[in-house]
Amino acid sequence: MSHFPGNSQLSRGGEELEKNQIEFRNVSFRYHDEAPWVLRDVSFKIDADEWVAIIGHNGSGKSTIAKLMNGLLFPQEGEILVSGQKVEPDTIWDVRKQVGMVFQNPDNQFVGTTVRDDVAFGMENHGMPRELMVERIRESLQAVSMTDYERQEPHRLSGGQKQRVAIASVLAVSPKYIILDEATAMLDPKGRKEIMQTIRDVQGARNLSLITITHDLQEVTQADRVIVMNNGEVWMEGTPRDIFSEKDRLIDIGLDTPFISKLADELMNAGLTISREPLNHQELLEELWTLHSTK
Amino acid sequence: MNNSMIIGQYVPAESVIHKMDPRSKIAIIFFFVLIVFFANSVMSYGLLTVFGVTAAASSKVPLRFIMKGLTPVWFLIIFTFLLHLIVTKEGDVLYNLLGWKIYEEGVVQGAAISLRFFLLILVTSLLTLTTTPIEITDAIEELLGPLKKIRFPVHELALMMSISLRFIPTLMQETEKISKAQASRGVDFRTGSFKDRLKAIVPLLVPLFVSAFKRAEELAMAMEARGYRGGEGRTKLRELKVGKVDFMIYALFLLVVIGLFLTRS
Ligand SMILES: Nc1ncnc2c1ncn2[C@@H]1O[C@H](COP(=O)(O)OP(=O)(O)OP(=O)(O)O)[C@@H](O)[C@H]1O
Ligand SMILES: [Mg+2]
Repeated sequence: MSHFPGNSQLSRGGEELEKNQIEFRNVSFRYHDEAPWVLRDVSFKIDADEWVAIIGHNGSGKSTIAKLMNGLLFPQEGEILVSGQKVEPDTIWDVRKQVGMVFQNPDNQFVGTTVRDDVAFGMENHGMPRELMVERIRESLQAVSMTDYERQEPHRLSGGQKQRVAIASVLAVSPKYIILDEATAMLDPKGRKEIMQTIRDVQGARNLSLITITHDLQEVTQADRVIVMNNGEVWMEGTPRDIFSEKDRLIDIGLDTPFISKLADELMNAGLTISREPLNHQELLEELWTLHSTK
Repeated sequence: MNNSMIIGQYVPAESVIHKMDPRSKIAIIFFFVLIVFFANSVMSYGLLTVFGVTAAASSKVPLRFIMKGLTPVWFLIIFTFLLHLIVTKEGDVLYNLLGWKIYEEGVVQGAAISLRFFLLILVTSLLTLTTTPIEITDAIEELLGPLKKIRFPVHELALMMSISLRFIPTLMQETEKISKAQASRGVDFRTGSFKDRLKAIVPLLVPLFVSAFKRAEELAMAMEARGYRGGEGRTKLRELKVGKVDFMIYALFLLVVIGLFLTRS
C-alpha cells in the first residue's frame, strides 16, 4: 500500500463535496456485547472547512464519536465515511492520516523525547521521507508559534505549550480534519484562549474541518455548527444561536448556557425585547443599543 | 525539583568524541575492552593508557564528572591491587612488613590488573558521558538491526527505551507531587524505623502506579491515533551518520591495535 496518496489533489468535480466530508450513517456502538449502547443511530455530516462543536453531558458518547472517526473503534451498526472512504480495518491508516486528533491530557500524548521528535512521530509512522519531515516540522511549529522550542524536552514545557506541540504534530501530517477532544480542558483560561486562537488561525490558513468536543461554552459560540449529544443520540443540531435559544431544554439535559445568553434572558424577563439570541458581549450591546434608538 | 535534570550522565560539550557516531563509539569501546586483555608489557599498557587518557581529555568532559563515574569502582581497583599483593608469591621479595612479604610480581600484577580495570571503566564511562541516552537508543536499534531477521523485537525495544526516557522526568515530577500530597496528610517518609519508612512508601507507590497505567493506556491510544503500527514502513527523523571524524578515529584506533601487538612481549 502506498503511503502517499496524491496530497488532496482532488478534481473539482461533482464528487468533491463528498470527498471532503465526514459522514456518520446510522451509527450504533457499544463497547462490549453485554454493555449498553453508547451511541444509538447517530447520523450527521461534517463539511469541508466547517467548524463543528460537539457538546453533551459526561458520558453522552462524545469521545466515542471522536474515536470512531479515525478508526480507534469500529461501529457495530451503520457506517462512517471519511472523505468518501468507509472507515474499516483496511482503511484506517489512510483515515488516520486525514483525521488528526488532539486529546485532553497534554502529557499523555507527547511521545517524543523532544518537541521535534514528537512532531516527527506521526510523519515517521506514515513513512514520510526525512527531508519532508524537517520541512514540515519547521512549518508546523511556526504555525503554532513554537519554533523556539524545537529542541526542548517535554518536562520543561507548560501544559499549553505541550498542547500546541500536539497540534503541530497533527498539522505536520497535513490532515483534512482535526478533532480536539477537550484539548483545552486542562489549561488555564489564558492557555485555553491561546490554543483556540492558534486553532482558528491554523484552520483559516489551511482550510481544515475542525471538530471540537468541549464543555467550554465560550468555545461553542464560535463554532459554525453545534451537535448536541444526549444519552448516545443526536439531540439537536444547529447554529450556536439556534442551540442556545433552547435554553430551557438544554438545562433539562444537564447542559449550561453561556453567561451572555443568561443575561439576555434576565433582561427579557425585566421587560426588554431582544430580537435574536446574542452570542457575545458585542451582539448583546448591539441589541440594547438599537433597542433604545428605535424607542 | 531541579528543572535542568538530565537523565543519565550526559555532559554536553563540543568535542570530537561528542561528534562521533554513537555506533562507532560503541564498536570502538567494545574492541578496546577486548584488546585491553592482550596487553602484557609496560609498553603495551602505556600505549593503551595513552589512548584512554587522550580520549578522555579530548572529550572535554570536566575531570570531576569522569571521577564521579569512577567512584564506585575505586574500591574494586584498590581491592584487586591488594589481593594481588597478598596472593602472588613470585619474584624477588621487595619488602618485608612484619613477616608479610611483598613480592615484586605481586606489585607488577596488581598494578597491571588495576590499570586494566581503570582503563575499562574510564573508556566505557566516556560513552555515557558524551552520548545522549536517545543517541544510545538509536545506536542500539541500528546495531541490533540484524537480529530482526530472527524476529527479535529490535524496534519495539528501542521504542520502549525512548518512551521510558521520555517519561522518567514526568514520573519523577509526579512522585514529588504525590509525596508532598501524602506528607501533607501526615505520611512521614523521613523518620522512623526502616520498616516504618517502607510502609510509608506504599501510599506513594499506589497512586503512582495507577497514574502510570492510565498514562500508558492514553499514550497507546494517542500513538495509534497518530498512525503508529510498529516498525514496518516507518521512516526516521533522527539519523545516524558516520562521518570524517569517525574514520579518523577508526584509523587511530587501528594504529593503537597494531602498536599493541607489536609491543606485546
Ligand atoms: N473503554 C471503555 N470501555 C467501556 N465503556 C466505556 C469505555 N469508554 C467509555 N465507555 C462508556 O461509554 C459511555 C460514553 O463515553 P464517552 O467517553 O464517549 O463520553 P463523553 O461524552 O466523552 O464524556 P466526557 O464528557 O466525560 O468526556 C460512557 O457511559 C462510558 O462509561
Ligand atoms: Mg470525553
